[in-house]
Amino acid sequence: MLKLEKRPQPSQAWIYLAPLVAVIATMIAGGALFAILGKDPLVAIRTIFYDPLFSEFAFFYRPQLLVKGAPLVLIAIGLSLGFRAGIWNIGAEGQYIVGALTGAGVGLAFYPLEGWFIFPLMVMAGALGGWAWAMIPAVLKVRFGTNEILVSLMLVYVAEQLLASMALGLMKNPQGFGFPGSRNLQQYPSAHNAELIAGSGMHWGVVAALIAVIFAYVLLTRHILGFHIRLTGEAPRAARFAGVNPARLVLICLGLAGALAGLAGMFEVSGPAGRVSIDFNVGYGFTAIIVAFLGRLHPVGILLAGLLMALTYIGGEIAQSRLGLPAAAIQMFQGMLLFFLLAVDVLTNYRLRLARREVA
Amino acid sequence: MKLIKYLSTAALALGMATGAMAQDKLKVGFVYVGPVGDGGWTYEHDKGRQAVEAEFGDKVETVFVESVPEGPDAERVMTQMALDGADLIFTTSFGFMDPTINVAAKFPDVKFEHATGYKRADNVSTYSARFYEGRAIQGHIAGKMTESNIVGYIGSYPIPEVIRGINSAFIHARKVNPDVEFKIVWAYTWFDPAKEADAAKVLIEQGADVIFQHTDSTAPLAAAAEAGNVIGFGQASDMSEYADGPRVSSIIDDWAPYYIDRTRAVMDGTWESTDTWDGIGPGMVGIGEITDRVPADVKAEALAMKEAIAAGEYHPFTGPLNKQDGSAWLAEGEVADDGTLLGMDFYVEGLEGTIPN
Repeated sequence: MLKLEKRPQPSQAWIYLAPLVAVIATMIAGGALFAILGKDPLVAIRTIFYDPLFSEFAFFYRPQLLVKGAPLVLIAIGLSLGFRAGIWNIGAEGQYIVGALTGAGVGLAFYPLEGWFIFPLMVMAGALGGWAWAMIPAVLKVRFGTNEILVSLMLVYVAEQLLASMALGLMKNPQGFGFPGSRNLQQYPSAHNAELIAGSGMHWGVVAALIAVIFAYVLLTRHILGFHIRLTGEAPRAARFAGVNPARLVLICLGLAGALAGLAGMFEVSGPAGRVSIDFNVGYGFTAIIVAFLGRLHPVGILLAGLLMALTYIGGEIAQSRLGLPAAAIQMFQGMLLFFLLAVDVLTNYRLRLARREVA
Repeated sequence: MKLIKYLSTAALALGMATGAMAQDKLKVGFVYVGPVGDGGWTYEHDKGRQAVEAEFGDKVETVFVESVPEGPDAERVMTQMALDGADLIFTTSFGFMDPTINVAAKFPDVKFEHATGYKRADNVSTYSARFYEGRAIQGHIAGKMTESNIVGYIGSYPIPEVIRGINSAFIHARKVNPDVEFKIVWAYTWFDPAKEADAAKVLIEQGADVIFQHTDSTAPLAAAAEAGNVIGFGQASDMSEYADGPRVSSIIDDWAPYYIDRTRAVMDGTWESTDTWDGIGPGMVGIGEITDRVPADVKAEALAMKEAIAAGEYHPFTGPLNKQDGSAWLAEGEVADDGTLLGMDFYVEGLEGTIPN
């Protein structure tokens, strides 16, 4: 008989091994799924994981990896700070939307004026918008003890309505023949978050994501605030004795997460997406939660997890069109990744033991 | 690094080999906004795709990607299809407009066909169907059959195509029933069975006994079936599985003839950028069988209207018609021009509520 036994200390080895084991288990179970669907599992796995990176058209897919991964990483970094301290911001999607709206709003307000200062202003507006949206659950929690999980989640739906209203009203393109959606910021040079080097996929959002990774790493390992965040998550009682102000921490963690999600939205709307449309948000804010946990709430882990997640999206699309795999199979495949990670995670805190029969 | 280099060279060789093999077939790609099993909009486009395969057999290869979000993801999917050697790509949602134009600019040799949009280029055609013709017939049936005089309408997005449908249905319902009122709920989605069902339930609770839908799933019909004494119409597809229950007729999008035509044009080298907007006459809009739940005289009137529209004798937007604010739009006998219809952003007189903005 096997028995789970709690480890005195979480296993360091398993903390790093778990994601790898989860990815391998996903490949095996996913391969089995694809085989049942009548596709060659090896070809399917190769199409998803290998082709985007090294196939004949990798020159196109590699930059796309950055485009798809950057918002995920940017949002997940912000979320991870709160998650580490036990502050659960589930509403990054809403903060992402509002950041995009405020960012694009500033840009559209200046149209058609050209000036170097417009884009930096949009960046600031985007961060502020996301920050403000996250401040609602933060202040409500600090002042009235509301549950930030519920409030931040409900605000996603409010943000979606706001987005629809903007796309249909205030920000609607006056030259759009009455169709919803704003002007295309890609055609407005001062507001366009263009590729920094053509064909590289590197836009300002990618740069911001990399800066956020470094910033979060330094914060968590070198700064007193990072210490407080970790302490609060790992030992809340000890944190109180150490003089950590929980209210302040809630405001900071939610605020940072909101600002980063807002930035992600702003870079997306001014770059790859180009316009405020009713369907602008595609779930980055929710996928980023998976990315944060897949990356062990560690900045470098999140960077890798974000790229891996982007890879499954892009590879999944290739598998759909080349192999005729249904979209649902790809989504199941992505779901398996988190499922196996959580399952394998048990081994970080527990070890398997052969149970000896008790002597009566 | 060496290993990676070696592997990538191998993959390159492999890729080129498969690329060469696919040369003699015409490759046609389809980008769908919903799942192929939605039973509505995307389902009908996929039937069109299958018709292309059936028509040309070995001479074509079709590929598709379903549930593609409108935005940068759509652009990536289209680029990927073009890179994989697609010669003709159909992008089947309004929100794919800008991505289609962007990708088309990068692949001048690939032909693109965008459904329901208004931007064209040398290698981008647009096509759509005059769904409002079908709405007129449904409006007539609804006006005759409602007992509560409340008709519920589930809108997707307040874009001209949807507003046109609401106006057309309303005009013809009012014509036969001066007391009829429309209640409109905006779902802000093309496909979300849960939201669509909720919208239908809200409308039914408010007394609606006829439900129109401009969303793609069968969920509103399921909600109508549950409520009992409520009728509805199949949208985009026949939805005949509800024919014994609430579904009394339907608008069927028949894309197959168009897709076959356009594929043949690429094969023959006669493809040109065009703008197609066909209705009941050419067969792009079909009217699903009107069930026995509809009284025989109403059915006969509806079919007569269908014939008149198909023959071009009757236009659903024929004056006298006023706009919602009471200002004159069309004079007696005047027919709306396509430009106004394409950009329609106003309700006609008698409709209540405002278009959200």
